[in-house]
Amino acid sequence: MRITQGQFSFLPPLTDDQIKTQVKWALDHGWAVSVEYTDDPHPRNTYWEMYGHPMFDLRDPAGVMQEIVECRQAFPTHYIRVMAFDSSKGWETPRMSFIVNRPDNEPGFRLERQAVEGRSLRYTMTSYAVDRPEGDRY
Amino acid sequence: MSTAQPYVDENGVDTQDERRITLECDGVRHVLDKVNRELVGLAPVKARIGQIAALLMVDRARRELGLTTEPPTLHMSFTGNPGTGKTTMALRMAEILHELSYVRSSHVISVTRDDLVGQYIGHTAPKTKEVIKRAMGGVLFIDEAYYLYRPENERDYGQEAIEILLQAMESDRDDLVVIVAGYKDRMERFFQSNPGLHSRIAHHLEFPNYSADELLTVGDLLLEEQGYHFTEAGRKAFADYLERRMQQPHFSNARSVRNALDRFRLRQAMRLVEQGGSLSAEELTAIDAQEVLASTVFSKESESLPHLPSR
Ligand SMILES: Nc1ncnc2c1ncn2[C@@H]1O[C@H](COP(=O)(O)OP(=O)(O)O)[C@@H](O)[C@H]1O
Ligand SMILES: Nc1ncnc2c1ncn2[C@@H]1O[C@H](COP(=O)(O)OP(=O)(O)O)[C@@H](O)[C@H]1O
Ligand SMILES: [Mg+2]
Ligand SMILES: [Mg+2]
Repeated sequence: MRITQGQFSFLPPLTDDQIKTQVKWALDHGWAVSVEYTDDPHPRNTYWEMYGHPMFDLRDPAGVMQEIVECRQAFPTHYIRVMAFDSSKGWETPRMSFIVNRPDNEPGFRLERQAVEGRSLRYTMTSYAVDRPEGDRY
Repeated sequence: MSTAQPYVDENGVDTQDERRITLECDGVRHVLDKVNRELVGLAPVKARIGQIAALLMVDRARRELGLTTEPPTLHMSFTGNPGTGKTTMALRMAEILHELSYVRSSHVISVTRDDLVGQYIGHTAPKTKEVIKRAMGGVLFIDEAYYLYRPENERDYGQEAIEILLQAMESDRDDLVVIVAGYKDRMERFFQSNPGLHSRIAHHLEFPNYSADELLTVGDLLLEEQGYHFTEAGRKAFADYLERRMQQPHFSNARSVRNALDRFRLRQAMRLVEQGGSLSAEELTAIDAQEVLASTVFSKESESLPHLPSR
């Protein structure tokens, strides 16, 4: 099951040139771009691991691309996303976030039903990948 | 032989290729003219910059005709005494390279040792890499680059920064132009101990000291930028001032001129305040001989204005 999170995730995977163009857009707006990775695909897992520091004061996407390439080498089967943070007053929030790397095989989620008091049911979603320990999931 | 067959000489060049191309040079000429106009003297430096510009224009034309062309490596070293225009020229160089589409942006990241070298093990590499990433697409200007190398301390982290720079200069040369700058003699010793760096820099530009005449012109230009001008007597006094100041220790070329002008403006303001009354535009913009002659380089004359901060 193909995970859809952030921008562009219903499109075919972005090429490196397309990623570069998006990063340029972010930099031209003065947003700090960072690279993050995880192997826990749950949609509520919002805090991914940072790969290196957020990159402030960049003018050109080449430095970000280098970081993406390094991160892909280190974590070839993890999810990797690019985030652009706008620190200006009133925003102070991520303005862009999109996936630039994903595992070849995404097993998806199962629905778990838990029977509780009074015959009520609680539902929860668990990804098959997290059955295995962190780092061994894909 | 059939005429349909292309004529190819022994070097594989198609001798019948009749495509022609005109070098595009308007934008570049504009930037070069600006450099010529706004920077005084520096003839050898300007000549070299003209050559580099020509090379890049030819390079672009070659690429358009589909001739093989690998972009030249344009890392540079600027050597010369303080105030000879190295930093100023680095900014202009970025504009020129941008105009010639050699770099994608005309920004210059100007750094010294402290920006590159860390305080403890493992601190230097990320620090240097971060600077490189910021400079990518433009120019990385490393002022007084020799401070990176401290042979007296073998555990110094400067060497680590140099190695990372070397690697970036080689592998990221499409994304980065590195300019190192500093005093000539120290730079030469630095290159001797770091031949790898020397061999990655194709262009070594020497910035000569300015002559008294050139400094006088620099003075005129800088004043004009700030909306001032010398009176006739003021300019003569300034020429005199330069003669003396150039003999003194710590003379740093155009920078000393800039500092002197700042002091002249202070004195002019003081004079106008003391004079009071209504002032004409001419009075507000003119630097007169009194301002210049109050300087300590004319030590006797300076006693006539005791309450001024004379230096
Ligand atoms: N050739 C020149 N023409 C006009 N102004 C100059 C020239 N060279 C230097 N200056 C001025 O002198 C000052 C010092 O120059 P700078 O580039 O900082 O010297 P360096 O980096 O070699 O110490 C700057 O304010 C600059 O405007
Ligand atoms: N045997 C060779 N034939 C052709 N070009 C060479 C040869 N050896 C080196 N070069 C050229 O010289 C340059 C420097 O070579 P490089 O491999 O970087 O040297 P090193 O790593 O030993 O310092 C390169 O641009 C390369 O193209
Ligand atoms: Mg300088
Ligand atoms: Mg090598």
